[in-house]
Amino acid sequence: MRHGEITMFNIIGKRYWYFLISALLIVPGLIAMIYSTVTYGAPVRLSIDFTGGSLMVIKFQQHATEDAIRGVFRSYGFTNPMVQHLGRPEDNAWQVRMGFVAVETVDKIKASLAKQIGPIDESSSTFSAVGPAVGHEVTQSATVAVAIASLLVGTFIIIAFRRVPNAFRYGVSAISAMVHDILVASGFISIMGLLFNWEVDALFLTAILTVIGFSVQDKIVVFDRIRENTPKRRGEPYETIVNRSILEVIHRSLTTQLNAMFVMIAILLFGGASIKQFIAVMLIGMVTATYSSIFNAVPVLVVWENGEMGRFFRRIFGRKAAARLGG
Amino acid sequence: MRERNTALLVGIVILAIVLIWIDLPDNSGIHIHWGFINMDKDIRIHQGLDLQGGLQVLLEADVPVGTAVDSEAIDTAKVIVENRVNGLGVTEPLVQRQGERRIVVELPGIEDPELAVATIQETGLLEFVDAGHTPLAPDTKVKTDYLAGGEKGTPAEAGATTEATPVVTTTVEETPAGEATPEAGPTPTGEPAPVVYHTVIAGSGLKDAGVTVIQEAGSTLPAVSFELKEEAASVFAEHTASHTGQYLCIVLDKTIVSCPVIKTAIPNGKGVIEGRFTPAEAQSLAVKLRYGALPVPLRIETTRTVGPTLGKDSVRKSITAGAIGLSVVFLFMLTYYRFPGFLADLALAIYALFNFAIYKFGLPPLFSYVTLTLPGIAGFLLSTGMAVDANILIFERMKEELRAGRSLGAAIEAGFDRAWTSIRDSNISTIITCAILFYFGSTFGASMVKGFALTLIIGVMTSMFTAVTITRTFIRLAFDVFGGSLRDKRWLLGV
Repeated sequence: MRHGEITMFNIIGKRYWYFLISALLIVPGLIAMIYSTVTYGAPVRLSIDFTGGSLMVIKFQQHATEDAIRGVFRSYGFTNPMVQHLGRPEDNAWQVRMGFVAVETVDKIKASLAKQIGPIDESSSTFSAVGPAVGHEVTQSATVAVAIASLLVGTFIIIAFRRVPNAFRYGVSAISAMVHDILVASGFISIMGLLFNWEVDALFLTAILTVIGFSVQDKIVVFDRIRENTPKRRGEPYETIVNRSILEVIHRSLTTQLNAMFVMIAILLFGGASIKQFIAVMLIGMVTATYSSIFNAVPVLVVWENGEMGRFFRRIFGRKAAARLGG
Repeated sequence: MRERNTALLVGIVILAIVLIWIDLPDNSGIHIHWGFINMDKDIRIHQGLDLQGGLQVLLEADVPVGTAVDSEAIDTAKVIVENRVNGLGVTEPLVQRQGERRIVVELPGIEDPELAVATIQETGLLEFVDAGHTPLAPDTKVKTDYLAGGEKGTPAEAGATTEATPVVTTTVEETPAGEATPEAGPTPTGEPAPVVYHTVIAGSGLKDAGVTVIQEAGSTLPAVSFELKEEAASVFAEHTASHTGQYLCIVLDKTIVSCPVIKTAIPNGKGVIEGRFTPAEAQSLAVKLRYGALPVPLRIETTRTVGPTLGKDSVRKSITAGAIGLSVVFLFMLTYYRFPGFLADLALAIYALFNFAIYKFGLPPLFSYVTLTLPGIAGFLLSTGMAVDANILIFERMKEELRAGRSLGAAIEAGFDRAWTSIRDSNISTIITCAILFYFGSTFGASMVKGFALTLIIGVMTSMFTAVTITRTFIRLAFDVFGGSLRDKRWLLGV
């Protein structure tokens, strides 16, 4: 029975396929990030939270055109305002992004918009302006937050694996899977930025940090089982032990993930508009994190433990590269 | 064992009743006044700006970078801003000092954000300026000899001002000694001329100001009445007596409001400022005058306005999303884990009530309520995922133990015992994440992150109690009571 279970769900056996899937997930995002860096100077579209500037959402009571709106903003000296339609066409809601604007000027711009295009539904409109100093501070504290998070994740992993033989391998496998998760989530927002002008705001970083917290813990749960099962089944090959461990924790991983997904999908479908991008990034990140614990972190560990590193690199970079690496 | 569990159950029921009472939508709060005991506690939901609509501005002392800002000046400015905000009649405004040189103002549900910003931010320096024999047009910017050089010049405006405002710029740096009479009064729309006008009385001489109406050509117009302090009143009386027939301009922040002609001497120090005010503008000016000028000029660093309809829409959507998401989780637990899943659902319901009660009641003495925002609601909904995670860990362990051939009772206890380290580790990692997010969210520009971190951390803390203690009590009691029949109906356990 137990043996049959393992041959039936041999997860580890197909490990090179998972590496291929992950590569397929990461590469488009990487290309988007490179393209975006070359074209716009940053791998993702940064919101006014970081760059400073103004963002205005205007809801007209009647039809408006992009050119007409752009024209009004131009007449106030904004050479290149980013004008974008929001929601359904009949909503007549528009978003305009430009440099920092004083509130008095906003009043005048609104009056001109109302005069030249049509009445504005004030109670459904928003305006934010962030001074460059505040944007700079947010960027600074975001950097510090990421640094602290990396440091804590490292410490957490060291503590979690302190009694495991080859702890270094466990640590590197976990961290490489987490880098994978971050790359997929960032790649996603970069692609969405290029296609739909999604922007990275302070909440995006929140999503990434939450995903990291969830990811590290998910990887530790899987690795913990492997560690627990290793001395119990000395006779079995490493691959079998690992496979068994995965099967033991996969229920919990999937059910927990499923519940989190229910909630996030509900927010995506029915929730408030301003947090949808945040939830989307978090959802992508969480799903990726669950996937990578089982299909990345553990296979990397197996490849390493089995001394397959040489073969692994040969497969990826060809023989010469592997030879250079000493494999 | 059984007595202990029964006692725990009674405790849980009492807790649930208290939580339901706190969560009642029309809870009137606690107001106790018995002898020495005086307690007043409002119990209600506090909605953030994104749910309620309103205005948030971050004001910063407008002094060159590197210049030290007098801490007392910022405190005084804060009090003045607070008074002005209260004068606007906003319910539940928030005025807070932030760091060395900043003040945050939050005005929920405000109708006219632009006017509110003007009321709060403008220095509010009133001057009565001697204009000689030529009147000056309203909105003209002028130089005066009051605090010359120390004042903020033309406010830096981003973008372009299209309205042709006649700006009187001057290169004259030194202030003319003694009484300076303008040599050449500029015509209202004429060429700019470097003139420094003499200030007869400044705003500091003001005793009180209020809104009044004046009759003009049959219609009533809003205006601002003022009353001067004794000393200023005598200067005013002297000046009006000796300059009858000349113009005395009323200047606010170096901009002409109006230029009435002095008809007769005014001995009592009382007067009325006429302008082309709307009632709201008159109110705004009166408020600024009443509470005096700001000791430091303030610049707007950040503004956020949210239309009230948008906020209401967000509340409605969040309730729908939350209800649907949670219902699916409830159903899932029930179908996947059967009887234990049902007990976990009960615990989850208490969990939701508990969190909501903390948002309304706070956790005295730590905080007295939680302001709910959209990210905050998301944080709560995600934390329910963490709360069920604990139960999933426990139930999966229980199933494993049952499959390994343990008795029901032993499997239950082993499930709770062995899952605990995983639950603890998972919660510790979430708490660490929240701590980092809290740090990040304490930067003003990322403040919405704080709401998410706060509800998430509250959720993790309460879930340790509801998902472990409450579920365990339920399960132990249930198996005490129905143990026999459950042994035969294993499908009820989801095995």
